[in-house]
Amino acid sequence: MDGELLNVLDLIMYYRTLRGEVKAVDGVSFSMRRGETLAIIGESGCGKSSLAKSILRLLPRNVSVYRGKILFNAVNLMELDEDTFNRDIRWTKITYVPQAALNSLNPVIKIGDQMIEPLLLHQKIDKSEALERAAKALRMVGVSDAFLYHYPFELSGGMRQRVIIATSLLTNPELMILDEPTSSLDVLTQANIMNLLKKIKSEVGLSMIFITHDLALSSELADKVAVMYAGKIVELNSAENFYESPKHPYSQKLMESVPTLRRDKKLGFIPGSPPSLLNPPRGCRFAERCPFKFEKCSEDPPTIFLNGDSYVKCWIYGKGLS
Amino acid sequence: MSHILLYVENLKKYFEIRRGLFGRRRLYVRAVDGVHLTLARGEAISIVGESGCGKTTLGKTILRLYEPTDGRIIFDGNDITNLEWKELKWYRRETGLVQQDPFGALPPFMTVKRILEEPLIIHGFKSKREREERIYKVLERVRLTPIEDFINKYPHMLSGGQQQRLVIARSIILEPKLIVADEPVSMLDASVRIEILKLLQELQKTYNLSIMYITHDLSTTRYFSERIYIMYAAHIVEDADTREILHNPMHPYTRALLNVIPDPDPSNRFIIRDVPAGEPPNLINPPLGCRFHPRCPNIKKGLCDVKEPPRIEVSKDHYVRCWLYG
Repeated sequence: MDGELLNVLDLIMYYRTLRGEVKAVDGVSFSMRRGETLAIIGESGCGKSSLAKSILRLLPRNVSVYRGKILFNAVNLMELDEDTFNRDIRWTKITYVPQAALNSLNPVIKIGDQMIEPLLLHQKIDKSEALERAAKALRMVGVSDAFLYHYPFELSGGMRQRVIIATSLLTNPELMILDEPTSSLDVLTQANIMNLLKKIKSEVGLSMIFITHDLALSSELADKVAVMYAGKIVELNSAENFYESPKHPYSQKLMESVPTLRRDKKLGFIPGSPPSLLNPPRGCRFAERCPFKFEKCSEDPPTIFLNGDSYVKCWIYGKGLS
Repeated sequence: MSHILLYVENLKKYFEIRRGLFGRRRLYVRAVDGVHLTLARGEAISIVGESGCGKTTLGKTILRLYEPTDGRIIFDGNDITNLEWKELKWYRRETGLVQQDPFGALPPFMTVKRILEEPLIIHGFKSKREREERIYKVLERVRLTPIEDFINKYPHMLSGGQQQRLVIARSIILEPKLIVADEPVSMLDASVRIEILKLLQELQKTYNLSIMYITHDLSTTRYFSERIYIMYAAHIVEDADTREILHNPMHPYTRALLNVIPDPDPSNRFIIRDVPAGEPPNLINPPLGCRFHPRCPNIKKGLCDVKEPPRIEVSKDHYVRCWLYG
């Protein structure tokens, strides 16, 4: 844990559709230290996948606005040209495990050949050395290296997910972005993958951004939690503080809706649905569904810093109102 | 003992597949392989299992959407195991299905009104006024209100939660006694899941409805069902009252499941969880003996891998299929 790895400042990514401009990522700021795992929690359509892809500059073709700062090891990634970005950052220093990981292996290419592609392409390493590194990575994630010469269909879902994770470790990345890495896996397989990620985290000291809609699952990895709602981060907090006492009303209501297995609790839900990102309401975007709404909420909520770099965006915590 | 609505005995459903040259080898996928269960009037039970364990097939066979291969299904005192399609009409009226993907379950070209009217027409509600009354009543029940805002909409104009409420409305419009809800909330966002489950629970109480939840998510069953059946590789491996199974799990598979499900807790990230190695078996050629034995941490060699364990009552109403207790 030495110093800052990633600092995202006021990141904006909009894209244009026939029905108008979608404000998928709308002024997002957060920072992470080396070795830290940040969980980004949010419901479908809140912009969490768009945020991840924006960091990797994997933009939709119809992007209309893309600005802000992404400082990675103090270098602003927004200023790098495409070639440098492709060579040094994307799938090298920062890797990505996509949401539909089970379908992201090419069915007609052997596992080994697709695993080493980033090495051949980004790092110009020769094939035999690359295969050796792939074999080592497979063993690390608990898959026999004999599978280098097999096709994806010969592997189960959990094993395919392991292959993808192994692939994303090959280039010795500093940051791994995992977008719902277990959403289509069974409970036991999911637990297996979580164990593996915990192991990687402690042994390799890798930083991770873990994107999920599953609040309980997020606590399996998160050192820090960002809650996203309608294109914005409404709360950024340490795991200790967040899971014990979330601050933003949305976080609180979301926590109430998580059924717990071991202790009794009163379950709640949030009536209504999130606003459209085509035309988000003025002021606080959660106001319409918020039980604590008052006049102030029609204005943009301020960022209230809690301690360290934790913050909450809510008028309740505004000056002299708490 | 309250009135038993559904009694299922040794239910089996095998699907035939053909392999080899000209499909001359016949193989069977044993999706449901000897299931016993009972469901009382007004009770809610859960069938919990991982994908491919046969839980959806079990639900569909009980609804007689599939023909059972063997066993008996008694519903409200009537044996419906071998009813012909024509005779099944009354059974269709007594039962309802809530599917996992609400959008896929709703015809995209029909309005809310038409979707709800369809079952009424099929089941001979001749008077238009009566049909309309029913539709209004059911929309109010599932709280798609104000009704005028919804009645002429098409499914794509509704949010996921609203679509699922419409699916529920359709399943109860004929006032059935039994609902099979197959992963009713797994496609929905966390914040609306509880809303839908609470709605189902409310209907259960108001109509004295029996509900069979099919789910992979143990943590919700705790709040919404009175009894849990754990399914693994086409068998029910353990069943008991919800409290009992959560506090006193007996089968090694149930224990493994309970052990890996996280509650939100910042200390989770420091724990490596015990997970049984391997994967569920395929159902064409399931392992001899107990189907969990290749993964079981408590295996008794020479017994578990040879002989299928019987269904043992370990305490009152708590059944386990495991040699540890035999």
